Amino acid sequence: MTKTHFEPSIKSRPVYGVLEARTGSEHVFVANAEGAEAILDVAKVADKDFWSAAHIIYVPGRSGETFQAALKALGAPKFYVASHISSALNRLVRSLEDCRMGTQFYLTGTEGLMGQAMRDIMAAGISHMSIQTEHRGSLARRVQCVHCKGIAEDVTTDPYQCPHCDLHLFVRDHYSRRLAAFQAVRIDAEDHGNVPPAEEVFP
Amino acid sequence: MGMVFKDETFRDDYSFSNSPEAIKRFPFPFDKDSYMYAVNMEPHTPVRAGSVYEKSFDVDEHYVSEMRDRALVLADDPLRCQSLPHMTLAGWDLLELIMVAKAKDYPDLFTLHQDGDRWHWINRPLGIDDTFTFGDETTLPYGPMEYITRQAQGDFCVLDQREGNLWMDAGMVTTQADWSLDFDIGMNFFEWHAPVPLAHELGIFQRALKFLTAVQIGAPARRLNWTMTVNPLLDTSPENYHKWGIQKTTLTSENIGTKQHLRVELQSFWRLPRSNALVFPIRCYLISLQDLVSQPKWGRRLHRVLRDLPVELATYKGFIDNRPAILEYLSQFDDGAETSLGTWPEDD
Repeated sequence: MTKTHFEPSIKSRPVYGVLEARTGSEHVFVANAEGAEAILDVAKVADKDFWSAAHIIYVPGRSGETFQAALKALGAPKFYVASHISSALNRLVRSLEDCRMGTQFYLTGTEGLMGQAMRDIMAAGISHMSIQTEHRGSLARRVQCVHCKGIAEDVTTDPYQCPHCDLHLFVRDHYSRRLAAFQAVRIDAEDHGNVPPAEEVFP
Repeated sequence: MGMVFKDETFRDDYSFSNSPEAIKRFPFPFDKDSYMYAVNMEPHTPVRAGSVYEKSFDVDEHYVSEMRDRALVLADDPLRCQSLPHMTLAGWDLLELIMVAKAKDYPDLFTLHQDGDRWHWINRPLGIDDTFTFGDETTLPYGPMEYITRQAQGDFCVLDQREGNLWMDAGMVTTQADWSLDFDIGMNFFEWHAPVPLAHELGIFQRALKFLTAVQIGAPARRLNWTMTVNPLLDTSPENYHKWGIQKTTLTSENIGTKQHLRVELQSFWRLPRSNALVFPIRCYLISLQDLVSQPKWGRRLHRVLRDLPVELATYKGFIDNRPAILEYLSQFDDGAETSLGTWPEDD
């Protein structure tokens, strides 16, 4: 089971639910890695014809081939396996141009994937009421260095070293939906060089 | 011009200082010997001639130097001033609010001629004399919000109001107490306050939001907030925290009176007429401990407030490590005498 229990946190930190099949004109799924399992859980309760109006965009990542055959077998007329989140988002943004009233969005997988898809969907003027999310898989975070503004994907440790400006950063729970990123701040700003060992807190 | 503007810096050599007159009018934030979060709103109406509460947008001896510091911050980081596309109208509202108020409150410093939508604005302290068309961005060198807030002390957050919430959708933020407009832009009231400890649990933000969404045109409100800052540094931004954070470790028993400052924000809240946005100016006033204790009531009271402040607040406000040294300094000025209610120094 890859479902995640998140401890209560501050109010800017996103919370995620459990996907449910809703009534809609089209069902757009954006998922990565173990997010496939959340889609397959929806399939356990959804009608067969639900999938005839589905569009699945899937980034396998560390899950490789594990879930691809099962997802394909759902029979969605549009099923796309993306090599990277960025290519999944390109396809998503293009499909938003054609999307109709009543389209439902289902985002599942890592926070970075869901956050960026959410950002792009909302930027197209679509209400958050049409978007569901369910976290699955890695707790890795997408993080912005507040100093150099560089984004780091898949951060699993705290502190981490910014790949852009090399500062050692503390990862906060403060989250920007516009940037789809958590905020990170220099950890040794008041005691230069005193950097605690990195711990894998977002495995 | 009646007012003399100081030529001073808020960085590097930190030549900022308050004149004796500026010390007397400092907005000391504690009306009793203890502090806890409160919504503490009051109408923003004139109080006491010469006080910082007398005018809509207080202009003081630091005006010209503060505007120069703002220009330096913006040259280094233009993301300190941002406005989401739907906020331009609110920017014009803000420009009008500030120009009209400044021209009325300080006629020797500022003049505004309005001939329909042709406006002529003269800002004598900054040497600005511009004619432009109200509502036409192409007639100003910057967007309307940026143009006017390069000429007004304090940060400005312009909040859109919708869905029963307030949204941080535009702002000019260069003198902030460690928060990032670039990160928080687009957030709602609860989201951008998310990192503040204790206050959510106390219901402070629910009450504040209820109050703020009901602010009416022509009936602004105000409150004070405060923190502690080492050196008179206006730009205590997270963006530059990797540079200024280390300054917090430079206090000694010899320099603490001149280096450690109380930082007070005079926050006011104004409904804007065309956009229905709410503008939230956050005006920063700094005073060194040495100058503060020149008012005996303030010295006694600050000692007691900081001594009894919950650890969470001292941590959040960023001075937990320096609190013992600050208390040791201030205790010299606390003889245990009773203090009168209210913030005014001369009422003791």
